[in-house]
Amino acid sequence: MTVVSTTQDTEALSLVIVSELTAPPQRVWQVWADPRQLERWWGPPEWPATVVDHDLRAGGRTSYYMTGPDGSKAHGWWTVVSVDEPRSIAFDDGFADDSGHPAQDMPVTRVEVAFEEIPTGTRMSVTSRFPTLEALEQMVGMGMLEGMTLALGQIDAVLADA
Amino acid sequence: MVVEKLDRRELDDEEVDRLFGALADATRRDIVARVLREEHSVSALARRYEMSFAAVQKHVAVLERAALVHKRRRGREQMVSGDVEAIRAAARYLDAYEAIWRGRVDRIVDLLAQDARPDDPRDAQDEQHD
Repeated sequence: MTVVSTTQDTEALSLVIVSELTAPPQRVWQVWADPRQLERWWGPPEWPATVVDHDLRAGGRTSYYMTGPDGSKAHGWWTVVSVDEPRSIAFDDGFADDSGHPAQDMPVTRVEVAFEEIPTGTRMSVTSRFPTLEALEQMVGMGMLEGMTLALGQIDAVLADA
Repeated sequence: MVVEKLDRRELDDEEVDRLFGALADATRRDIVARVLREEHSVSALARRYEMSFAAVQKHVAVLERAALVHKRRRGREQMVSGDVEAIRAAARYLDAYEAIWRGRVDRIVDLLAQDARPDDPRDAQDEQHD
């Protein structure tokens, strides 16, 4: 299994997902650092991501949008908190309005990613923290749920391809 | 498996509003955490916080309306216990968020797998787009 563990904390409202990837940390780093690679996995298949700006430096901003099956766009942004290539990245992930400006009153998720070298490649840990249960509910409710359900259905197809 | 979990969301909008409203307060979250572990009387809870018995009783009432806790009488005491099912509703949202990240990890794996297959026609297609 690629995903080796997930830890949900319903009181602290956090999720840790740990996976083991068969590529060295420097290569895994690129799937986060290179906007063309990032957009190939950030959005679910029915809501592919387009990364407009990507500045992976402390204080840097990323802006992206995801395009739905009906052509509608969901905009998002990151503010990079810290970067230690190829060991860790921390950023805030939030929603944006149609012009790409951070949306007021929308949830912001703090995401911390750690890359650790292991004999078979890289252990990647992604920790997401939500400020409130409401934020978590909004995050999940923002049409991503539908997209994800579709994505899950397509994973088998992707794996059969590979 | 994860899809199944998503399908089990059965709260309607009004219930979700009440649930989030109830959990928006730190004291109420603390009360829930305590009564989930062990049934408490309202007066025992009131001793734990720097607020009046009436104030604690009000918090308990909000939690009760959100179906997070149950109240029962024991003699002159009102006993409060947690509703595990309601807490599971919060867990279901984390399940849904977990599904988002499982999808992302699967796509990263697929992307990395293509490194080993330079002749993959999908790679050639991507280069044309770039």
